[in-house]
Amino acid sequence: MVTTERVWEALGEIADPEIPVISLVDLGVIRDVEVVGRQVRVEFTPTFLGCPAQEVMRDRVAEAVRALGAEPQIDVILDDSWSTDRITAEGRRKLEESGFAPPHLRASAGLMVVQLDAQAFRCPYCGSADTTLENLFGPTPCRSIRYCRSCRQPFEQFKTI
Amino acid sequence: MSAQEPPSPAVEAVLAFADDELVLGWRDSEWTGIAPFLEEDVAFSSIAQGEIGHARALYELAAGVLGGDADALAFDREPGEYRCAPFVELQLVGDWAATIARHWLYETADSVRVAELVDSDWPELAGLAAKMDREEAYHRLHAQMWADRLRESAERDRFDGKVAELWPYALGLLEPGQRERLAELVGREPVDAIERGAHTEGFAELHGEMTMVRRSVAGARW
Repeated sequence: MVTTERVWEALGEIADPEIPVISLVDLGVIRDVEVVGRQVRVEFTPTFLGCPAQEVMRDRVAEAVRALGAEPQIDVILDDSWSTDRITAEGRRKLEESGFAPPHLRASAGLMVVQLDAQAFRCPYCGSADTTLENLFGPTPCRSIRYCRSCRQPFEQFKTI
Repeated sequence: MSAQEPPSPAVEAVLAFADDELVLGWRDSEWTGIAPFLEEDVAFSSIAQGEIGHARALYELAAGVLGGDADALAFDREPGEYRCAPFVELQLVGDWAATIARHWLYETADSVRVAELVDSDWPELAGLAAKMDREEAYHRLHAQMWADRLRESAERDRFDGKVAELWPYALGLLEPGQRERLAELVGREPVDAIERGAHTEGFAELHGEMTMVRRSVAGARW
C-alpha cells in the first residue's frame, strides 16, 4: 500500500539534475502529494520557466512513483508558488557545503543591485563577507556569479526569486 | 486548463506576447559567443533562455485553448501568422548601444504589460505572469545597470540616439492604453507607434532559420 509518506520519502531521494547535492524535495519543487488508491497525484512547481531540467525532473518524479507500484499523475503548476524561500534549511546547508551561496530569504531581500552588491553574501569556501557581484547571470537561470576578494575565488550564488 | 473558455482576445494577446518573447530571445541569442566581453556573453545567453522559456509557457497556455502544442505554435505557423511587434524583430547584433537601448525599452514596456496581466481574470495567465515577473526582475536590473553605464560614459549621445530611434517601435509593443505609462517610466513624450501587423524585412530570414530543424526533420524533438 502506497502512502503519502512513502511517496515523499521516494521523492526526497531524487537528486536535482543540475545541482545533484540537493533533492527535489529540498529544492521545494514538490508542492503536494495526494494518494487515492493506486493513483498518486504530485503537484510539481518548477523553479525557472526557462530551466531545461524541468522535463527531466517531471519524468524522474513519475518514475519514482511507478517504482512504488503506483500510477503517477504529475500536475505542473506554472504560477508563482515556487520561490527560493521554498528551499529547505537542509537544502540551504547542502548548497553551501558544495560551494553555492544559498539565496537570501525573500523577506529580507529587496531586489536591487545595490543590495546584491552589498557584502551580505558569504564566501562558501572561506566564509569571508568581502564578496562582490561579478555577474547577475550565470551558467543556469537560477545562478549568479560572485567573487571573494579574500580568498580570490569566484563562486556561484543561488538567485533570490 | 480552465473549465470556462477564455475570451479569444485574451488568447490573441497571449500569442502576441509569446511571439514577442520568442523572437526577442532569438535575437538576444545572436550575441552568444560574440558579446563585448565574457560576462555579457553569459548574460545575454541566459536572458535569451529566460525569454524563450516564457514564450514556451505562454504558447502552452494558448495551446490549451487552441489545440496543438507549444512547438507547433512556435514553429509551424507561416511568417504572416506571427503577431510579434516589429520592435523585437530588428536585428541589432553587432551594435551594443542599440541592443542595450532595446533591452532597456523592452524590459520597461514588459513591466507595464506584466503588471496588468497579474490581475487578469484568466487565472492561469495571472499566475504565469506573476512567476514571469519574478524572473524578469533580473532582466530589468541588468537593463537598467547597462542603460545607466552607457549614459555615464563617453558614448552617451550614441546611446540616447538609439533610444530615440527605437522609441516608436517600443510603443508598438503595448496596447494604446498602456503607452502613457511607458512614456512616464522612460521620460519621453508619446509619438506615433510602429504597430504590430506588418513584419520587418528581416523577419522572413529569421523565421526560416528558426524553423529550419522543425521543417527539415518531421516530428523532430529537442
